[in-house]
Amino acid sequence: MKIAVCVKQVPDSWAEKKMVSGFLDRLNVDAVLNDLDEYAVEEAIRISEAHGGNDVGGANSVTVICMGPERATDAIRKSLSMGADGGILITDPTLAGADALLTSHVLAEVIKKEGFDLVICGTESTDARMSVIPAMIAARLGWAQLTFASSVTVDSKASSVSISRSTEAGVDSMTANFPVVIGVIEKINEPRYPSFKGIMAAKKKTIESRDLATVGISAQSPWSQVTDSSLRPPRAVGVKITDDGTAGEKLVAFLADKKLI
Amino acid sequence: MSNVFFLADFVGEKATRVNAELATAGARIGAVTAIVLAPIGEGSVRAAALTTGAISSIIVIESADFQNHGVAASADAIAQLVVQKTPDVLLVASHAFGKELAGIVAVITDSGIITDASDVSAEAVATQIIFGGSTTVHSQVVHGTKIITVRPNSISIDPVASSPSIEVIAIKVSEVAKKATVTATLPPVQGGRPELTDADIVVSGGRGTNGDFSAVEAFADSLGAAVGASRAATDAGWYPHTHQVGQTGKTVSPQLYVACGISGAIQHRAGMQTSKLIVVINKDAEAPIFELADFGVIGDLFTVLPQATQGVKARKA
Ligand SMILES: Cc1cc2nc3c(=O)[nH]c(=O)nc-3n(C[C@H](O)[C@H](O)[C@H](O)COP(=O)(O)OP(=O)(O)OC[C@H]3O[C@@H](n4cnc5c(N)ncnc54)[C@H](O)[C@@H]3O)c2cc1C
Ligand SMILES: Nc1ncnc2c1ncn2[C@@H]1O[C@H](COP(=O)(O)O)[C@@H](O)[C@H]1O
Repeated sequence: MKIAVCVKQVPDSWAEKKMVSGFLDRLNVDAVLNDLDEYAVEEAIRISEAHGGNDVGGANSVTVICMGPERATDAIRKSLSMGADGGILITDPTLAGADALLTSHVLAEVIKKEGFDLVICGTESTDARMSVIPAMIAARLGWAQLTFASSVTVDSKASSVSISRSTEAGVDSMTANFPVVIGVIEKINEPRYPSFKGIMAAKKKTIESRDLATVGISAQSPWSQVTDSSLRPPRAVGVKITDDGTAGEKLVAFLADKKLI
Repeated sequence: MSNVFFLADFVGEKATRVNAELATAGARIGAVTAIVLAPIGEGSVRAAALTTGAISSIIVIESADFQNHGVAASADAIAQLVVQKTPDVLLVASHAFGKELAGIVAVITDSGIITDASDVSAEAVATQIIFGGSTTVHSQVVHGTKIITVRPNSISIDPVASSPSIEVIAIKVSEVAKKATVTATLPPVQGGRPELTDADIVVSGGRGTNGDFSAVEAFADSLGAAVGASRAATDAGWYPHTHQVGQTGKTVSPQLYVACGISGAIQHRAGMQTSKLIVVINKDAEAPIFELADFGVIGDLFTVLPQATQGVKARKA
């Protein structure tokens, strides 16, 4: 079984993010592996291990795919230190500020060429927060999509996948035959910390870098564009009281004053 | 005149309030058509539930595939309709299902997509509040049908009533969209309270409840509010995952959000920081959630909430 995991490098959650000429300024901010994608890497490794792993012969390899600037290699390297086997970085100056249509196109083209059985994504990148890329990749490939998975089971013959899909609409049990795009939510597992051994081993693993021409698509004009951006005024400082036995009443008075009751 | 389609939103067979918001936004841009996807035989009941907002027509598509094959099947039908009718704009509610559907339709129809808009102008320019509420951006789709997902509870409703024409259209879902099969469905337990993303007021509990949500629920009920929970509370099994507010739960932007026993981790904030007013009850004066509070109480939720519940009931009596 050949498994791919799509991971993104994103600005650190607490870092101050800025827009520069319509794009997120990715260069002047601390960048990390999107934490929701760690669950995808973990799940991929677990599925591989449950089916005999990837030793001798490489039957169940896990390949990490990332589109991003050169430094996004770090996000791939971290995934490799967790236990993934190899990585592909798609990096090209024309991809800066790529929208969802372009991102899904690039990722789908890479996946198509490599012939994977399973592609595993996180639910959401913490910077774009779209939650659309997994579904869009599946649509481009014409594969089944099993997203928002809180549990994933691959059958013993490695030919089909069943998941629990957990969303606001409740929990659905879903199933599909290979090949499948899976999206996992953070309830699914507890991602492992890279061990020292894992970190050392990752240094010897191969990360292949590809530009747009190697992927086989030409530069495209965007489908959507930011027209302007501005900083919002910070929230006004509110009232803060210590309960002296009447805080509940003061809260009610506040709500009444705001016409909420 | 522009043609605006929106995908009508239902929880079970109940139409949600976001329909009127999508109709209101759509009417700024052009003539509004609501699309109702329904199981066989249920289309007309669902269409009849769309009573608010300037809706000129309703298109009903019925198929058992929508229930049996998940988002991909619904998206396929909408994409076929978009190819047939070439609307200028397609508006969809911004939740897990709506965003995925919009993404798939964007791929099939080669159209641009903008997610999580908090507003949409007459020129179909979307407003988004990003980076943890620090930045506003305006964006536009520049290719194909303008597909925009709109965050529920963000647009104030124009309460006009309409009597739209209803057309039933037969569409056969493509085989490629039926590759995943739904084998069982467990709808969320609603318990008589309003839907989280629809509610004007949300009262949420976190680890500070220590598993006892009764004070949170009683206060919520006194206000007619929905109940939310932090991930610490859903992980512990104290409250269903469907009620989780935050990055990996729901995004809410009610008139009032009350955070009880919640510390204010960045992942929780991601789901509630665009709320109009925020009230915090927390024992720890240093809890980061106080940074967002319009009204903060340093205190024990088990004493503050019951007193406040009494106070609300007294005023309503
Ligand atoms: C990938 C990822 C995704 C995540 N997604 C989400 C998400 O969607 N939503 C979410 O909420 N979290 C999410 N989290 C978890 C988040 O990081 C926090 O761990 C979580 O929000 C903490 O919940 P809490 O505030 O209830 O608990 P804590 O951080 O433990 O805070 C409990 C608070 O209760 C107060 N307290 C205790 N007793 C009382 C009392 N009697 N009265 C008043 N106050 C009291 C304490 O002072 C404390 O501030 C995510 C984390 C990760 C890594
Ligand atoms: N640039 C990228 N490179 C690789 N994977 C990505 C990229 N962008 C998004 N993804 C994947 O798609 C998921 C959802 O992202 P998004 O739709 O941007 O919220 C992420 O969790 C990743 O698994």
